[in-house]
Amino acid sequence: MIEIWNLLPPVIQIILKIFAIVLPLLGLVAYYTYAERKVIGYMQVRIGPNRVGWRGLLQPIADAVKLMMKEIIIPTKADKTLFLLAPMIAIGPALAAWAVFPFDEGLVLADINAGLLYLLAMTSLGVYGIIIAGWASNSKYALLGAMRSAAQMVAYEIAMGFALVGVLVAAGSLNLGVIVTAQQGNILTWFWLPLLPLFGIYLISGVAETNRAPFDVAEGESEIVAGFHVEYSGMAFAVFFLAEYANMILIAALTALLFMGGWLSPLPAAWTGGFWLLGDGFHWLLLKTFFFMFVFLWLRATFPRYRYDQIMRLGWKVFIPITIVWILVVALAVLAELPPWWSA
Amino acid sequence: MGFEKFLFYVLAAITLVAAGMVITRRNPVHAVLYLVLAFISSAGLWVLLEAEFLGIVLILVYVGAVMVLFLFVVMMLDVDIATLRAEFIRYLPLGVLIAVVLALEIFLIVGPANFGLEHFPKPAPLAPEASNTEALGLLLYTLYVYPFEIAAVILLVAIVAAIRLTLRRRSDCKYLSPEQQVKVKKGPDRIRLVKMPVERAIPATSRETSE
Repeated sequence: MIEIWNLLPPVIQIILKIFAIVLPLLGLVAYYTYAERKVIGYMQVRIGPNRVGWRGLLQPIADAVKLMMKEIIIPTKADKTLFLLAPMIAIGPALAAWAVFPFDEGLVLADINAGLLYLLAMTSLGVYGIIIAGWASNSKYALLGAMRSAAQMVAYEIAMGFALVGVLVAAGSLNLGVIVTAQQGNILTWFWLPLLPLFGIYLISGVAETNRAPFDVAEGESEIVAGFHVEYSGMAFAVFFLAEYANMILIAALTALLFMGGWLSPLPAAWTGGFWLLGDGFHWLLLKTFFFMFVFLWLRATFPRYRYDQIMRLGWKVFIPITIVWILVVALAVLAELPPWWSA
Repeated sequence: MGFEKFLFYVLAAITLVAAGMVITRRNPVHAVLYLVLAFISSAGLWVLLEAEFLGIVLILVYVGAVMVLFLFVVMMLDVDIATLRAEFIRYLPLGVLIAVVLALEIFLIVGPANFGLEHFPKPAPLAPEASNTEALGLLLYTLYVYPFEIAAVILLVAIVAAIRLTLRRRSDCKYLSPEQQVKVKKGPDRIRLVKMPVERAIPATSRETSE
């Protein structure tokens, strides 16, 4: 098996690896939408989808078929090229970001030194899909949604970037694999504890960056109909949907990776007794990612939408100052070699 | 032609075409988007030069933040092409003059006289574990710390000046104060809880009149 794999040219190997990442991801996106409807349903004392398949398990597939069959309507005065390009620009970075994501020790498509920077750059590109969609639709609600989204993304990206600077100071590397191994130990040596404010800010900024409730003013259906994607239908709309959910999964997985020790087991190595399920492994990363994915749904079911000026205030006047102060604290702690995280 | 050379020519061609499109497109939004494309392909060129930090930061800062704000402004513009054309003709001589001077300057600085393999030997390829970020950070915070800090202060001055120039308080507008809004407590500020009996006893004599 490995011999056949080694015989393949590197380009084919990389393409196969890309498929091995993207296909499960898209499947996860499909069932994330199902989970969202079920979880929010139960939180609101409803049942959620339960007609298609056993307990509604085939609902995402039915939805996908429905969206594929629908007509893609292009408004007459829309900028046609950009209108159709926007969903692709939205999903491209959402998928490309996974290239540097390590799933286990050494299990990564591109093990680059500047992995963290690359991720930040990719998540910052996602806003283009939204802005271009809003402008190309030639519709006032869409443009309003795009404007809101642009201002919000720029504001929260700074807080998010500073939170990541804290991680990079703590780990001393931009390589995601090294960041995880720097948290080696047990649940108390993970970065969530020394970087607690940054952890919270990263998670909240992640919710804001993905335009999810309670920060979903870019679509705000009660204010601006559906915001930037009001003119989209059929697969063009579905691609935006895919991009949003892929981004949510990415943020959840990154939170698990950067602050919660990634694939590391919460138990110290001495306690596991050699039992593989308790030791480090991909299953821990999956478990942590699922937890943060659940948090996204939990937030949406719990909180009302933020008012726009309060979003801006929270981003600029609360989060950014806190992150700057905490970077300083972390830098001092690293210099002082504070145990157990930075003892030499 | 190696794969790297091929990539270089592809990225360079995209950069040049996109840069040309930036100045020839009528629609300012299209022009800005072509500028974004030019930035992305030049970031690719930097990555080819093993300067991955600069390449990614170009995307992160310029594409991810600066151009988003550019688009933000440009999308709100209502461009009148007729007056633009008239002004284009009017300012053409000045524009050509400036362009020629700029081109001459660029030629003098990076022209064949002091650029090329005979002036600078080809740098040795970096070791795969060499970290661009670390090297750049070390240089910036040791050798070039004063220019770096001075540049930062100049930027800060620019920010303060820009805010001071545009900040104005209109007296005919009502403002919300989020600070005060956040401080509102449910008990004394927002709701007044009144305790009152559920039923009121009606005297027996007035019952007929009231019903």
